[in-house]
Amino acid sequence: MLKEAVQKFAREAVKPRVFEMDENEILEKPIWDGLFEQGLMGIETPEELGGAGMSFTAAIIAVEELARIDPSVSVACDVHNTLVNTMLRHHGSQFLKEKYLTRLATDTVGSFCLTEAGAGSDAFALATTATKKGDKYIINGGKMWITNSWEAGIYLVFANVDPSKGYKGITCFVVEKEMGVHINKKEKKLGIKCSSTCELSFDDIEVPAENILGEIGKGYKYAIEILNEGRIGIAAQMLGIAQGSLDIALPYMNQRKQFGTAIIDFQGIQHQVAQVAMELEAARLLTYNAARLKQEGASFIKEAAMAKLFATQVAEKAASKAIEWVGGVGFTRDFGLEKFYRDAKIGAIYEGTNNIQLQTIAKLLRKEYP
Amino acid sequence: MSLKLLVPVKRVIDYAVKVRVTGGKIDTNVKHSMNPFDEIAVEEAVRMREKKFAKEVIAVTIGPAKSAETLRTALAMGADRAIHVEVPENSEVLPLQVAKLLKAIAEKEKPDVVFLGKQAIDDDSSQTGQMLAGLMGWSQAAFANKIEVSGDKLTVTREVDGGLETIASKLPTIITTDLRLNEPRYATLPNIMKAKKKKVDKMTPADLKVDITPSIETIKIEEPPKRAGGKKVESVDELVEKLKNEAKVL
Repeated sequence: MLKEAVQKFAREAVKPRVFEMDENEILEKPIWDGLFEQGLMGIETPEELGGAGMSFTAAIIAVEELARIDPSVSVACDVHNTLVNTMLRHHGSQFLKEKYLTRLATDTVGSFCLTEAGAGSDAFALATTATKKGDKYIINGGKMWITNSWEAGIYLVFANVDPSKGYKGITCFVVEKEMGVHINKKEKKLGIKCSSTCELSFDDIEVPAENILGEIGKGYKYAIEILNEGRIGIAAQMLGIAQGSLDIALPYMNQRKQFGTAIIDFQGIQHQVAQVAMELEAARLLTYNAARLKQEGASFIKEAAMAKLFATQVAEKAASKAIEWVGGVGFTRDFGLEKFYRDAKIGAIYEGTNNIQLQTIAKLLRKEYP
Repeated sequence: MSLKLLVPVKRVIDYAVKVRVTGGKIDTNVKHSMNPFDEIAVEEAVRMREKKFAKEVIAVTIGPAKSAETLRTALAMGADRAIHVEVPENSEVLPLQVAKLLKAIAEKEKPDVVFLGKQAIDDDSSQTGQMLAGLMGWSQAAFANKIEVSGDKLTVTREVDGGLETIASKLPTIITTDLRLNEPRYATLPNIMKAKKKKVDKMTPADLKVDITPSIETIKIEEPPKRAGGKKVESVDELVEKLKNEAKVL
């Protein structure tokens, strides 16, 4: 039922605006409003705090269905739910949960600010500092490549309270836009263009000590853990890209005839389609299995890494092949297929590059066979 | 005014599906959803309750086990509880039999208004609401485009061939909804969760003492003939000649 509800919303409310939003590189307000109204910005948030009280798998399904129509809208929803909301739910004090989760579920966009110019895969090398001053912390520094940051009102900022401790000083702060978050630059990107990606700076901004999420110095741990889950969300987004590409290409291939034959009836094409469809199904099962393991409380890091890695590969392949199958029309922006091709690329980079995923899987395998 | 509203809903092949006929039968292994006109009916009923004109919205469906999903959608849109009259998979329940079942339910539940979609998009009968009114001896207003509550009457504007007709309906009454009555809401995620806890009563046609044997037999189902290319004509005379001799419609 959830799947159909999101599909309906995506098809009727989001689809008509996809082309325009990509051309203008803006995620339009009616879509944000729609996401909030549908309950898609508080999927796992408890009902008492204004959320839908649904499971992690429900979030994964919603992310995939949104991505089938627009991967940008999907990632906006995914980051907000699986990174921002979940961090607050897991580590927030009762005060922080009540203060922010309802706002995040009803009208305020959230942003997860970890990466910096000098700290990508090596996140622990982050240089943003938080200096204690009475019952406040003064935050100085900058962040890069931050999703949702243009529209966000609430930012989870990772800063180091004690650089002499290295990464063990990294702490997570809940920062409100009004505290002084400055947007230096909105990036112009290859894909997921309407999802805002900005460079931020914090210039002596004051954040109350009570806005520390969880414990001081545990930020690095929270970040790694949350990204393990968030990864499954990205895998779901990639599934949506692959599925969305097939949704556009296959009906066209049924109708388009050359040499008196529908494109889909050429055996060479059929074999390629079958291969992609099979890989998509495998990626889907990897993703749902990782979600299941996580929900059960079982160990899931290796499976999540595999899901994200494989799903991004399948998405890139599916989108690329789909354009080849449909021919010239697939190369035009109006047709809607080339967008998936461009959107897919980011999958191999964010929430842990694919190269890092390979490392993670290898490391965990090594532990299994000491 | 605290009305009780009954809203029958039907599970049909989704409007976006291209229906295929194979071996003389319709391929039903495709996406199904709530009849769009029934969604409009549920929406109107829920809005009436939100405006405090009604106190309860009951959704009812006559269908196989899978129709439970349709009821859940109605509950997620805001219906308070639901009734599922379960029939065997693939059984055909025609408008007259549906009307008889609804009559039995209406006699038990005693609603003030029964809101139906004007027609189902699978059979396009546009009969059930009218038949129900006939069986119950109630007033009816089909093809409703606007409904206003005034005192103990409903003022209904109907879309008719000549334009719009406004009538005052005394309660209890049957209303069938037309496209322009409202725009149905989406089932939001929190409401989908709430729907899981709402009551669904199950029963069979036998419990309601209604025989659902169809009174009409379907002899043949076939796809419409494939459209052939058209021809351009040079004059009215040529057009008349072709309509007479080739198309044979004159």
